[in-house]
Parts: sequence; C-alpha cells; structure tokens
Amino acid sequence: MAAPAILGFFIFTLGPLIASLFLSFTDYSITNDFRVIGFDNYRRLFTGEDNFFYKALFVTMYYVVLAVPVSLTAAFVMAMLLKNHVRGRMFFRAVFYLPSIVPVVATSTIFIWLLNPDIGLLNQILKFFHLPTSLWIYDEKTVIPTMALMNIWTTGGTMLIFLAGLESIPDQYYEAVEMDGGRMWHKLTAVTLPMMTPTIFFNLIMGIINGFQSFSEAYIMTEGGPNNASLFYVLYLYREAFTNQRMGAACAIAWVLFVIIMILSVIIFRSSRSWVYYEGEK
Amino acid sequence: MAAKNKVRIKKFLLYLVLISGSAVFILPLVWMVRSALMDASQIFIVPPIWIPDPIRFGNFKTALDTVPFDRYFINTMIIVVGNVTGAVLTSAICGYSFARLRWRGRDFFFGLLMSGMMLPYAVTLIPTFLGWRTVVGPNTYLPLILPAWFGGGAFNVFLIRQFMRTIPKSMDEAALVDGAGYFQIFRHIIFPLSRSVVIVVALFQFLGVWNDFLGPLIYVNKESMYTLALGLQQFIGYYTAQWELLMAAATMILIPPILLFVTGQNYFIKGIVMSGLKG
Repeated sequence: MAAPAILGFFIFTLGPLIASLFLSFTDYSITNDFRVIGFDNYRRLFTGEDNFFYKALFVTMYYVVLAVPVSLTAAFVMAMLLKNHVRGRMFFRAVFYLPSIVPVVATSTIFIWLLNPDIGLLNQILKFFHLPTSLWIYDEKTVIPTMALMNIWTTGGTMLIFLAGLESIPDQYYEAVEMDGGRMWHKLTAVTLPMMTPTIFFNLIMGIINGFQSFSEAYIMTEGGPNNASLFYVLYLYREAFTNQRMGAACAIAWVLFVIIMILSVIIFRSSRSWVYYEGEK
Repeated sequence: MAAKNKVRIKKFLLYLVLISGSAVFILPLVWMVRSALMDASQIFIVPPIWIPDPIRFGNFKTALDTVPFDRYFINTMIIVVGNVTGAVLTSAICGYSFARLRWRGRDFFFGLLMSGMMLPYAVTLIPTFLGWRTVVGPNTYLPLILPAWFGGGAFNVFLIRQFMRTIPKSMDEAALVDGAGYFQIFRHIIFPLSRSVVIVVALFQFLGVWNDFLGPLIYVNKESMYTLALGLQQFIGYYTAQWELLMAAATMILIPPILLFVTGQNYFIKGIVMSGLKG
C-alpha cells in the first residue's frame, strides 16, 4: 500500500536527480540536438567564464549569512516572550504567525509598496522621526539586507517550533537554578539554551536549506536587480534554464548548489556533536 | 514593596514589547487593507492618512474588471482540489502502510523517502520540467496535480506515519480477528481515527498549492490558464502606479488563507509543532 509513495520517489525524485546529473554534462537546450561535453559546463562556472555564477553565489551566501541568524534570533525572542503565561497569548501567537501564511506574491506586493522610496510607508515614518531614509530594494548596497529584514516577517513557523521546544523544558530545571540563587541570565545560559540546542539545530539546518533556495521574492520584487545585486542563486538558475534555454548548464548550476548544501549540512551535523545536547544521552 | 514594583515594571515591559512587536507585524497587512479601500488621490497624501475617507469598496471591482481574477480563482481551485485530494488520500494510505503494516524493506524505503526531503528542489526542477514537456506538453495542470497522487510528498507521509504509530495495535488485531482486510481496517478504523492529522495535511497542502508561485510560473504560460499568484504577479508589472488596485488584488488573494487560518488555527499550530519536534 506504500506503492504510490515509493513509485513517486523513483519518478519524481531519484529519476530526475540522475537525469539532472547526466544533463549537466551535456549542452542540452530544448531546441537543438544535444551532445555530451564532459565537464565543460562546470568549467565555465568555476573559471568565471559565466560572469554571473560567482555573483549569484556571493549574493546568496550574503543573504543566508544575514537572514538566517537574524530570523532565528527574532523567532527565539518572540517565543521567549510568549513562553511566560501572558494574557492574550493566543492573540499574540496568531499575530506573529499570520504573515507566514500570506502567499509570497502578496507579501512581495505589499513590501514593494511599503518600501517605495518616495511614497512608501517606511520612509514616511523615518522622515517623520527625522531619520535618514533608504532606497531599500532599489539600491545595490541595501537590497540584500532589506530582504533579510523582510524575512523576519515570515518567521512565525520557526517561532512556533521554538515555543513548543521551550514549553517541553521541565519546570524543575528552572527551580533548581533558583535554589542555587541563579537569576534570569543563569536560567537562560544554564537551562534554556542547552535544552533548546536540538531545536535550534533543526531550525538552523532548515533555515540554511531554504535560504539558499530563495527565489520568488527576488523574482517578483527586483528581478535580480539593481545591477544583479539580488541575483539569488535559484533565480540565476531559472534564467539560465528558462530565459536562455541552456538546460544542461542549468543542471550543472543546480548540482553545484546541491553539493554546497550537502557540504554545509555535513559540517553542521559534525559540529552538532559538540554543541547539541540530547537528553538521555551520556 | 520594592520587589513588587520590580515585578510590575517587568510585566509592563513585557507587554510593551509584545504589543509594539505585534503592531509591527500586523502593520503591513493593515496598510494593505487601508490602501485597498482608498481613493487614488488620498493614497499619496503626505503625511499619510490612516483611515480612508470615503471608504472605496469599488477598488475591488475595478481590480476584478482589469484582470480576470475570477477566472484565475477557478483555475487555482481546479489545481487545489485535484492536488489536495490526491495528497490526502495517498499520503494517508502510504503513511498507514509505513506505520502499521509489516513488509520487507519497509524501513529502508521509508528512510529513502525521508532522505528525499533534504534534496534541494532546484536539482530535480529541470529534468521534471523536461519530462512533463515531452509526456503531456505545455499548458496543462497535470504537472501541478498528478505528483500529489504519488504519496502526496514525503513530509505528509512522515506526519501521518508518526501519528498513526500512536494508535494502539489492538485496534487492528481485533478487526483482523473479525476477518477484516488491511484496506478495510484502514478505511473503517485507522483513517477515521487519524482525522486530526489528515486535516493538518489538507490545510498545509492547500496553503502550499494556493501560495505556489514557481510551479505555475514554469508550467503555465497561457494567460487564460494563469493561477491567482501568476495573475497578481503580472498585475504588478502592468499597474505599478495604481497602488489601490494592487492592494485590493493582494487583499483578495489573502482572504482564503486567512479564513482557513482563523477557523483551523489549532491544526496549524499542531502541524508545525509536530514537524519541528519530531523531525
């Protein structure tokens, strides 16, 4: 009875995975016959013959390095605030989570409007307080930080996972710290953070995998601009495949991403042994 | 006295942070609705006006007249219904098999399925696209519907399996003794008992399809076949300066997910928590 899922795995995962590896060694482009060209696609990427490869890689890493820690921290702080038995907890939780279910096209539309340099709300507020305004997504220097900030808005799911983790920490642990005369700071560093490391680990891995694959926001809001400053890796891949019709090259681009994500995951898994604490494990 | 005051100040600060935090989170949505109900002339006034006067519901109608969002709504619903039905049925059956039946290679195949979840979607994107192109050609919804009928995604199978594993084994055994087959046990006992997790899967699958942008972008290029997401994206390109219409369109596309969220909030939260803690 598990046949559909297993069949699906071979048709929609394993099959395409192998096909993509094969295609990455060809110059396939839909319209022409293709030939096998060995590592030529990869060579073009790494030697910089394709101008956009390193640019896209840099943009995406910059985004991940900014967005993942910022969003994780924000989600963690929100969860910590809601952990206490505050009044209206359900309400606050709903408000923090709500933006996560907004379709990405709608989110992008709203933020294009909010971030409009001339008439957008954000700059109006800044002007009101006599603070310097910004061009946000319309400036090469600020587009990625702006998108990383935007990402906080949709971090509600991560917050809920943190919240569930926080609530599974037994009260006795906190009481023990109190008995030893520990303050809030001690509770955080001696109980909360160590107990939360498995959850932090999970959210970190997911954040990185998702961050590397960001596409829609950039496609809709900036189309990779200005001057390719928000050319996310998958957007670059999309262009290569669907605008330039270079399917073979796009598969090579995809495989490089796959390998990067694998290497990062392995590094984080390895390092997790020294910082992730699993209960019941000696 | 001093200690009591300290607690009070702490409480006050906590609520201050919570209230201002949620104000920041809700602000973009408030601003969207506010702009959607405004006259084009009011929208640009500096300093900004918060409450539209007069309230213009006409913007919704104008947006609908400009872009056939009603058509796109039907298109989206065709994909949603086809996809979610398939995902719910097949992920429940597969989850049942992985959770409660014994067969050779079960755990191996389950592990294989789970490993597929770590795979970046970008890697399989192009061959899948090329495959569909050769098999069914461009401009059909099949690539957006049919895959859901093959287990409905590893993540959903995982959720359902985890849940079904908690149902006591004695349930099936009693039915087996009474001569029921495995499919009957699934249909009459396990599936009804798993209602809550099935709802979770259905809700998330709905959201996933409703919000999907890349899928329709790649597989649909005939305008009459656009989904709401594609329609709105195209709308941005054409009417950049008509913010009241854009915001009206964005509001409309947001209503179904919000209604679902409001009615099924607990299921949403349960689903996310399950995915995080047991993953």
